[in-house]
Amino acid sequence: MTTGKGGAERLAARCPPSSTSRRSRRGSIGYAFIAPAIIGLLALYIIPLLTTIYLSFTETQPFGGSKFTGADNYERLVRDPQFWESLRNSATYTLIVLIGVPISIVIATCIHNVRRGKTVYRVLFFLPVVTLPVAIGMVWRYIFNGEFGLLNQAVAAVGIDGPSWVADPNVAIYAVSIVGIWMSLGTSIIIIGAGLQGVSPELLEASSLDGAGPIRQFFSITLPLISPSVFFVSVLSVISSLQMFDLIYVMLSRGSQAETASQTIVYYFYEKTFLEFDRGYGAAIAIVFLLIIMLTTTIQFRIQRRTVFYG
Amino acid sequence: MNRKIVLAIATASIAAISIAGCSSSTTKDPDSTGTPAPQGDPVTLTYGVWSQDDTMKALIDAFEAENPGITVDLQVNPWNDFWTKLQVGAQGGTAPDAFWMLGDRFQVYAANDQLLPLSDTIADAGVDLGVYPSALVDLFTYTDELYGLPKDFDTVGLWYNKDMFDAAGVDYPTDQWAWNDVATAAAALTDSDAGTYGIAAPFNRQEGLYNTVAQAGGTIIDNGVSGYGDPKTQEGISFWTDLVAAGYSPTLEQFADTEAVAQFENGTVAMYYGGSFYAQRFYDNADLQAKVDVQVLPTGEQRATVINGIQNVGYAKSQHPEELKKFLLFLGGEEAAKIQASTGAVIPAYENTQQGWVDAMPEFNLQAFIDEVPYGVVYPVSADTAAWNSLEDEYLPPAWNGATSVKDASDALADAMNDALANEGD
Repeated sequence: MTTGKGGAERLAARCPPSSTSRRSRRGSIGYAFIAPAIIGLLALYIIPLLTTIYLSFTETQPFGGSKFTGADNYERLVRDPQFWESLRNSATYTLIVLIGVPISIVIATCIHNVRRGKTVYRVLFFLPVVTLPVAIGMVWRYIFNGEFGLLNQAVAAVGIDGPSWVADPNVAIYAVSIVGIWMSLGTSIIIIGAGLQGVSPELLEASSLDGAGPIRQFFSITLPLISPSVFFVSVLSVISSLQMFDLIYVMLSRGSQAETASQTIVYYFYEKTFLEFDRGYGAAIAIVFLLIIMLTTTIQFRIQRRTVFYG
Repeated sequence: MNRKIVLAIATASIAAISIAGCSSSTTKDPDSTGTPAPQGDPVTLTYGVWSQDDTMKALIDAFEAENPGITVDLQVNPWNDFWTKLQVGAQGGTAPDAFWMLGDRFQVYAANDQLLPLSDTIADAGVDLGVYPSALVDLFTYTDELYGLPKDFDTVGLWYNKDMFDAAGVDYPTDQWAWNDVATAAAALTDSDAGTYGIAAPFNRQEGLYNTVAQAGGTIIDNGVSGYGDPKTQEGISFWTDLVAAGYSPTLEQFADTEAVAQFENGTVAMYYGGSFYAQRFYDNADLQAKVDVQVLPTGEQRATVINGIQNVGYAKSQHPEELKKFLLFLGGEEAAKIQASTGAVIPAYENTQQGWVDAMPEFNLQAFIDEVPYGVVYPVSADTAAWNSLEDEYLPPAWNGATSVKDASDALADAMNDALANEGD
């Protein structure tokens, strides 16, 4: 946009300054062109964001209407143990799902090095991405069933008495995280795989002539070269993990202790806003959550400056 | 990948993810009521329900045949969406003209003037309210104004698995059973080697502790004060926790994995305190039809069952209030009750039409549910029932697990609930 405007000004400077109306008409044509994007941005982002900020300072009535209550919602938030617990759960989930990044580096490298059937493996790992999260949640819920689940039947065969994965309040968040990792692998493998294809074979060949083994090659050459992809994947993973809602909704029984103990920040927001219709409080949760995502993403970009290598 | 591309993709994806996050929370309402029709033109009413599609269509057909010029559009939304959509619709002026209402949600709607007052209409039409169970009429009265006519009701009975009783050599439950008979039978029916249990003792309101609390002579809420501090109420809760502690019932965790009614259906538990609304579901399962039956709830200090029901109510901002009143009166009438009874879907609330429901499933002792009506207690509600319901969810389950005693859990709940009730006026 800036270059376009600069261009127009340069053009105007070269032409005789005959009419200013012509210039402003040019300007209005420009605005007409960007109008669809701007209107969309206003209607879908800016206005809802401002409304949410306003709502977070009000107490809403069940059927519309609200009264301004200042920072009451935020004070309540700070003293709400369930809010802190949901934050902790979101953090736990996000950190566990990040384990998916090294796993997908390993898998992507393996797929990159197989000679036949690369596509088959890629499709297999990508399938969960194109499957409905709700369907995935339902299937895993059965797999994790404490009494009849496939998983516990399997571990019982080697003499281990498995827990009630999705019913035990102490275990449920980990069970959900495992599914989260599994779901995130597909996208990560494809993106890191693309990064691997960009690693020039000459570099690897040169290093092997210098006597580097495959492990050394991987850590000293491949990994730095694919670090932009790895960074990108981890940013995506953190953001989507923080926003996790569907798996909890589908995998854990409504009203069970496991659900209460494992709810994430978005789930808590949903509960307050759409089940209890406490929209003002829900808006405050959403605003705090927005700040948290902004903060974590900023931190990630800071770390990136030191660790990511752009060839 | 160079740095700029990575940044661009990252930004775009963040935007995309946030959009996806937003759109899932936007409520779309494609079936709004439409523009008001001018006088004399055909009128279309909308009717919002969450199940019983076929029975409701039969009702609408009968109504349309009697009232030419009025058509009714049925809007079915599953339970999970129904209440969210209704509340958003009521706020935006697009709620259905007529819709189903439950006791625990009713007061919020009535107090905020979302419902069409019906006392005058009912009086003008000469409807005798005595034909409905009085508990149901009370449940839907707010500050002396009536907002709906009862559609149906449900009571709770003791469902049992005859095969499991036969196998254990235990006599079937009778209408003379008391609490200790339940525990004795549950002990005899529990077989830990086979992984079967005598009874399901989940944490359940309408089908669980609300019944036994009333049987013990306690209350959940009385004149705006929590009843959980009352030792009698706590006795009613101990009925369930004792069964779990003795190992006669699966644990709450097991119920979170597989819900109680499913454990009854698959033969894991022999007895289940369940609503009359399960009759059709059990009946439609040929296997269960042959091996389960039902009896009135065993008595405690006194006899009691929770009685609850659906009411047909009207939307206060309906464009066609006159036609809507006609429709609501029809839905509350005898003809509508008979149509519902014959399909076996629910027990109609209208006096003397229940026999049709009992006869629809002769293999079950459904008369038990009707016999319980005289001592039915109304489902406990207040202006903001949801607020203290979530407190019950928080405080009571630890008593089921044995992590806290029933007394400690209930006393703490009573305090928290009274705080919540004190805030209701705001």
